[in-house]
This record gives sequence, structure tokens and C-alpha cells, in this order.
Amino acid sequence: MAAENGSEPAGASPTKWIEGRETVTVRFAGDSGDGMQLTGGLFSSSTALSGHDLATFPDFPAEIRAPAGTLPGVSAYQVNFSSTDIFTPGDRVDTLVVMNAAALKVNLPEVEKGGNIIVNQDGFGPNQLKLAKYETNPLEDRSLAGYRLFEVPITQMTRTAVESVGLTGKDADRCKNFFALGIVYWLYDRPLELTVRWLGQKFADNSQLREANELALKAGYHFGETAEYFQNQYKVGRARLEPGLYRKVRGNEAMALGMIAAAHKAGKPLFYASYPITPASDILQELSKHKDFGVKTFQAEDEIAAMAAVIGAAYGGVLAATATSGPGMALKTEALGLACMLELPCVIINVQRGGPSTGLPTKTEQADLFQAVLGRNGEAPIPVLAAKSPSDCFATAYEAFRIAVRYMTPVILLSEGYTANSSEPWKVPNADDLPKIEIKYAEDPAGFQPYARNEDLARPWAIPGTPALAHRIGGLEKRDVTGDICYEPLNHQRMCELRAAKVDKIAESIPEQTVNGPERGKLLVVSWGGSFGAVHTAVEQARQKGLDAAHAHLRYLRPFPANLGDLLSRYETVLVPELNLGQLQMLLRARYLVNVQGLHKVQGKPFTIREVLSRIEEVLWEE
Amino acid sequence: MGPVEAAPARKPNDYASDQEVRWCPGCGDYAILSQTKKALSIAGIDPERIVFVSGIGCSSRFPYYMSTYGIHGIHGRAPAIASGLKIARPELAVWVATGDGDGLSIGGNHMIHAIRRNLDIKILLFNNRIYGLTKGQVSPTSEFGKKTVTTPHGSVDSPLGPCAIAIGCEATFVARTVDMNPKHMVGIIERAAAHKGTAFVEIYQNCNIFNDGAFRYATDRAVRADHTLELEHGKPLIFGQNRDKGIRLASGYEPEVVTIGQNGITEADLLVHDEKAPSPALAFLLTRLRHPAFPEPIGVFRDIQASTYEALVHEQIEEVRKKKGEPDLQALLVGPDPWTVE
Repeated sequence: MAAENGSEPAGASPTKWIEGRETVTVRFAGDSGDGMQLTGGLFSSSTALSGHDLATFPDFPAEIRAPAGTLPGVSAYQVNFSSTDIFTPGDRVDTLVVMNAAALKVNLPEVEKGGNIIVNQDGFGPNQLKLAKYETNPLEDRSLAGYRLFEVPITQMTRTAVESVGLTGKDADRCKNFFALGIVYWLYDRPLELTVRWLGQKFADNSQLREANELALKAGYHFGETAEYFQNQYKVGRARLEPGLYRKVRGNEAMALGMIAAAHKAGKPLFYASYPITPASDILQELSKHKDFGVKTFQAEDEIAAMAAVIGAAYGGVLAATATSGPGMALKTEALGLACMLELPCVIINVQRGGPSTGLPTKTEQADLFQAVLGRNGEAPIPVLAAKSPSDCFATAYEAFRIAVRYMTPVILLSEGYTANSSEPWKVPNADDLPKIEIKYAEDPAGFQPYARNEDLARPWAIPGTPALAHRIGGLEKRDVTGDICYEPLNHQRMCELRAAKVDKIAESIPEQTVNGPERGKLLVVSWGGSFGAVHTAVEQARQKGLDAAHAHLRYLRPFPANLGDLLSRYETVLVPELNLGQLQMLLRARYLVNVQGLHKVQGKPFTIREVLSRIEEVLWEE
Repeated sequence: MGPVEAAPARKPNDYASDQEVRWCPGCGDYAILSQTKKALSIAGIDPERIVFVSGIGCSSRFPYYMSTYGIHGIHGRAPAIASGLKIARPELAVWVATGDGDGLSIGGNHMIHAIRRNLDIKILLFNNRIYGLTKGQVSPTSEFGKKTVTTPHGSVDSPLGPCAIAIGCEATFVARTVDMNPKHMVGIIERAAAHKGTAFVEIYQNCNIFNDGAFRYATDRAVRADHTLELEHGKPLIFGQNRDKGIRLASGYEPEVVTIGQNGITEADLLVHDEKAPSPALAFLLTRLRHPAFPEPIGVFRDIQASTYEALVHEQIEEVRKKKGEPDLQALLVGPDPWTVE
């Protein structure tokens, strides 16, 4: 058995060495038609099975197939895996695999100096260099001298490897991502079995393609083993994850599972209406696979219809949800106001992307916080939650439904493109241990009033079909208690205040805000959403350097946890890193009158640990 | 539960809420309200099993005046709200009350998609050819050249034909009636209630404040027989004070008005109405008959049977369940490729 750390010769080949590593970041990059997302996804599955903690970051263009070989057409998938806990897909790339010149140009800036670059030589012809806007061939002009460069004629070798299967040239070339994957499997000592099994399922009715891809994969693996120039094989020790049963899960997938689980535990059907939009569409795709759970999915004619259908279904007494991204959220806004007025339970997921307008559809951002908290006409309070990681989408979706049905309110759940598309190992919860979601419809006609309120200020859920409870609700202001139309001045004030008080009251049933680090001191870093990983790690590293810093990560953005104001006041400085120009920063300042510093990034990419750490150092230096 | 007793006969008033009706005195909406209550009482549907959904506009106040469940929604979105409700609760009787602006302008998209899916919902479209609630602006069904507060020099918009749109979406039930003919209206609404699938009913409705007399040609006793044509399944298209006029196809698909007994024309030359025709072609042609060149058809244009959306959704769920067996939440969470950390 090889040592976890340090180096020793690999058993099989005396010329090769196994280098021990704690954490490694691999990125696959190529044309958007080269299958890089698939390659990265398979690599991360094998990595998870090998017992590592991992985080992934798919980064793809908005165009389905931008012209082949061009810079805008580059698609990449990054996997960070480790023998310790990791929370981000890695700041810098240790091994970059590129299928063509454009992919090298786009991704090179993020490769660690001295890192590995495996290039498909066949993707560096004169035409491809021209498309990538290279004046000289980077493989020849010594511009890659600071890296370990491995030139492999991947296309040629793939063609040879699959020759026996008799595919057309085009189909044969499509297998080259599996050749590349094979090389990386060898380099990082990954098992092939899972991928071979996957190919068997994927191409169950096309044995030619199954065989060809398997041949390419194995040829790549054996090439790595035998080729002279890969001198090192890397071995990353198994992560010390908490014992238990694990799976790999993507953010959007976990979101769908969270909703199914909530409906199942509540004993009610799930109704999900949505209109396709990047990066939220695959929640609809995932849910539509699970009709056996009684899930009714409805691909509506537009974003507005999806939200309106959710309102109709919620009035009917089922658990109803929709998901969208910023532009779709804008379209749903009027109906969100209606849901607020009708006080019907439902969940609205916004998988945020770069904005404004169409913005950066496939890139990540956190700039819809104001829209979620404030973006409606009139006084229209709606609770807002945010998921911190791919697996946390499960728990947050579950929690969103708990709040929705207990308080009879729409709930907005913020995710991000980054969280939605990334994956990580997830310790599978025990379905029996999930908290109960209690739903009690109104049934007793004695004294029934549609807008009477219980101790949570929630109104009754009286569903059509219930004898003697027939009532009408609508978007016009209603009289307190009876729900009849009412235009009286003081009644409107009372109703606005009641709706706000109800949402504020949610703070009584959510956990107090916790802190990682000292409970008072110099600096509190506050994060929300998908920035959790980078900020958590940066604050840990800051403390290892002896800096006085603590971290609070917010799941609840409206209402804030009851103790948040007190917490903020216990530190000399508060810093909010967020992927926008200071939205949570402004909300905290406005709410608690504390001086909050910011770190603002709107580049379509998540934070790196280094960015956050250096801002922490800067803020503490200024003190 | 005791022995099953016959449901008590329903009276129109069983469907009336305690709210004061606030339409303008003389509005055509009153007639629609009373004939709807009557039709529901004849159909004998329990009020608590009915949900009226509406958008915004004068017509959309309708749910408040019914003793059923109801949602007064937002402008144009009633068909979408109704769709979500019907998919979630197929056993409910879901009705939409809408107008020409609500249903065909701001909500046109939802209207066509609700119809093409053939959800089992009933859509009553109150067509008064004007925006009433906002005080008299031109609507998508206002006639070309109409002068209103927003078109002082006359409208240059071509009007939409509500029934033509419904048939264009291959609605399974399409009918037209008029507010001044309660007997006709109650019959049409009864048939809509009995239809399994989307039932689209256009109701000519007089707005006596902002567009008074818009349908006088179709409602005035003196002229209505010459300006309207009552559709009857399997019967030739005959109309007129003396029932001596008819519609035939002149050349190709061009309809023309002919007089029976003149130029050798007999009843046998006339188009025969077939509301059950699988193709919507004839029904569409009938919606193109417009005043003043033609009499406007009143009655059922089309009434065919097709699977409803919500039934297909339910069937798919049942099929998947049969294949996959009882759902197992734990197995779903674990997924196909778990691993154990010791």
C-alpha cells in the first residue's frame, strides 16, 4: 500500500513514482461539443467512489454549440478532491486537460505554476490556432515553459483505438473525451469500473458506441501507464468523512429531492410548474422522472403561467413550487404579490445567474437578493432562504416547505448557477428521521373565517371541496378576519402590518445564528448562498495564520435570525463577501445600523479562497 | 355515513353569495350571473365542488357573487391559475370568468394554451368589445375604426374573433350566446357544464355605459332574426325573419348568403351544421361569418370528445407506479451509486 503522503515507487512500474497529495484540482476543457461536462461528471463520480471529498464547478458557454474551436465555445468542468474536508472547487488548477487551442487559451490563466497541462496535440492545427487567436503555437513557442506539458495526439490515438469497431470518422472522434478521461484516471489512480458500467447503461441499445467508448477509455488509461513522459502518478488519500452512506449530488438534483421528500413526509402530492430557463431547467427535468411519487410536473406556457398555476394548485391544497432564474423571477413578480395577498403556501426557487436582463445565463451571481427581499409593488413581505452548497439545496428546499405551510406564505429560495450545477458527496439522510411537516386543512364550519389567524398569524387553509367552507379570495385588499373586499384606510394599514408581522414571526421558529470561530472579537465575516465554501475556508485559513476572525453563514435572509443584531454588535468589524455590489451589506446596515464592509465580485464566477482571505487580511490591516 | 340519499334538488339561489352585486345597473353581466346560477342548479353540481377563477375587469368580479369557492386573480392569468388548480384537483369543477381584454389581450397566451391542452375547465368570455373597468378604451374585439378615448380618430386595429381563436386552438367545445337571450344562454352554459374538456363560451355582453348597443344588431327583436343564425346540429344553416335565407359554399370555401326559393336554391344546397365533425374546418368557417355581411352564428360551433390534460397526467402517474412499484423515499435519496465511509 502506498503512503498517503510522501513519495515512493509505484509497484507496477519502477520508472513511475506515486506522489502523495492532500488536495488536487483537475479541469477538463474543450469545445462545447467535446463532451467535457460529461467527462468531468464521470471523473467526479469515480472520485467520490474512491472515498474523497470533492467539489465540482462546471463552466460552460451560453451558446449550445458556438462555432467549433473558438474562444466563446470553450466549455470546462473542474473537480477538486481531497483527503480533507473541502468546500470549494479549488482556486487554482493542478491538472488541465485541453482538447484544443481555444480551451488552452481560456483556461491557462487559472493553472498553478508548475502544474500539469495535458493537451490534445491534434487540436492545435493552423486553423485551430487561428480560431483561438494564437499568433504562434503555444506548444512550440516556449510560453508553457513554466508548466509540465504533456502533448498527446488524442484524436489520432482514439481513432486507432476504436478502429476495430468500424465507426464513421465523426463518431470515432466523438470518443476522444473518453481517451482523455482514461489518461486522467491513470494519473489519479481512479477505478474504471463505474464508468464502464455507466457506458453499459448509457449505450444499452448501441453496442458499437458502448464498445468504442470503452476502448478509448482503456486505451487512454494504458497510455498513461506505459507512456514515458508521465513520470508521476498522484495518489490522494481517502478523505476522513464522517462514517455513513454517501452519494454524489448536484445542487438542482438535491433541490428536486428536497421537494419530493417534503411532499412525501407531509403526505400531500407535489405540484411543480415551471418554464425552461438556464440554470433552473433541470429541476423540472429531474422532478418529471419521479411520477411514481405522485409528482405532477407542468411545463407552463410562460413564467407567469407557471407561477399562476402554482397559486391555483396551492389553493387546491397540494404542495406547490416553481423554479426560475432572474429574468423569469421578474415575470413572476406580479403573481408573487398575489400569492402574498392570498396567503397561500408555495415555494419559488430562483437559481440566480449573471444579470441584469439576459446577462450571463450560464454564469453564477448573487445579485437577485434585493429582488427577492424587496422586488414587489406594495408592502409585500415574503420570506427568503438561500442554499449554501449542492447538498444543502435538499435541506433548504425541505425547510422552505415547512415554513410555507406553517405560516401560509409563499417562500423564496435562492440558489445560484454555481450551486445548482456543482456536485459534492452527500451523506444520505435517513428518510424516517426527516422532521415531520404537519398540514391541517380547515374543516370546522363553526366560526370559520378565511382571514382569521392562529398564534403564528397564519390564516386557515380551507380547500375547495370542503363542505360549508366555500369562500372567495382575491388580490383586492381584504377585510381583517372575514377576507371580504375592503377599501377602508385603517383596515389596509392593519393588513399590511399583519402580513409583515407574520413574516417577522418566522424568526421564532428558525435556529439562532451560529458562528464558526470566536464569539466576539475583531472581525466577523458574514456570507450567504453559494459563497459558503470559499468564505468558510478563507476564515479557517485566516485563523490558522493567527488572525482574529469568525464566520457566520446565513440561510435565512428574511426574516434574519432573532440574534443576528446582537451577534453583529460583538465584533469590531463586519465583512460581507458576496457576488454582487453589496446587497446583503446594505440590508444589514439598514436593519442593524452597523458599519458593514464588503467584498464585491460580479465576474460570473464564484469566489476563490484567496480573494476572500486577502480581503480579510486587508480589513484587519486597516484596523 | 348513513344510507346514500338522493342529493337535494338545487335552486339557482343556492349559488348566490351574500355579497352585494356591484356592476352598473343595466349591465349585461347580471344576466350572465343569473343564467350561470340557473345552469349550475340544473346540472346539480354542489357549490363546494365548484371554483370560479377570474382575472381583472368587470367580468372578473364574478367569483365574489357566487357561493362557490373562488379566486379573483390578476389580469389575464385566470386560465393559468385554473390550470394549476384543475391539474392538482381534477375532481373539482373549475370555471373561468373573463372578458375580451382580460382573456384575449393581456391573457391571450394563457387562453390559447389552456384550450389546446383540453383541460376540463369552463371558460365564460364576456365580450363587450370595450375596456369597461378602466373606462372605455378600445379592446381587442372592438371593431375596426371604433372611436374610443384612446382611439379618438378611430381604431386601426383589426379585431380578434374569440371563437375563431378557440377553434384555431382546436377547442373541443366552442359556443356563442347573447346576454339578451336568457333561454339560449342557460342552454349553452348547461351544455358547457356537461362537456368533458375545455368548454369555451363567448357571450355577447352589453356595456351600457361605455359601449351601449354594441350588439343591438344581434339582440334587437326587430332585426336579430336577420342578423344572427341559430346553429343546430345536423340542420341546414337557415336564418331570417321568414326563415328563407341560408348559407351555402359558393366557390371553394367562400360562404355566401342565399335565399331559398330564388334561382332554384333549395334547402339541400345549404351547408349543414355538424358540431361533431372531427375537423375544425367547418366550425372555423362559421366563426368567420360576421355582421354586417353575414348573420352571426349563435349556439354550439363545435362539441367533440378528446382526452383531457389532467386525465393524461393521472394516467402517466398510474403507469409509472405500475412499472416502478410503491415509491420508496429512502431508495430515491440513496440513488444508484452510493458508497459507504467506514
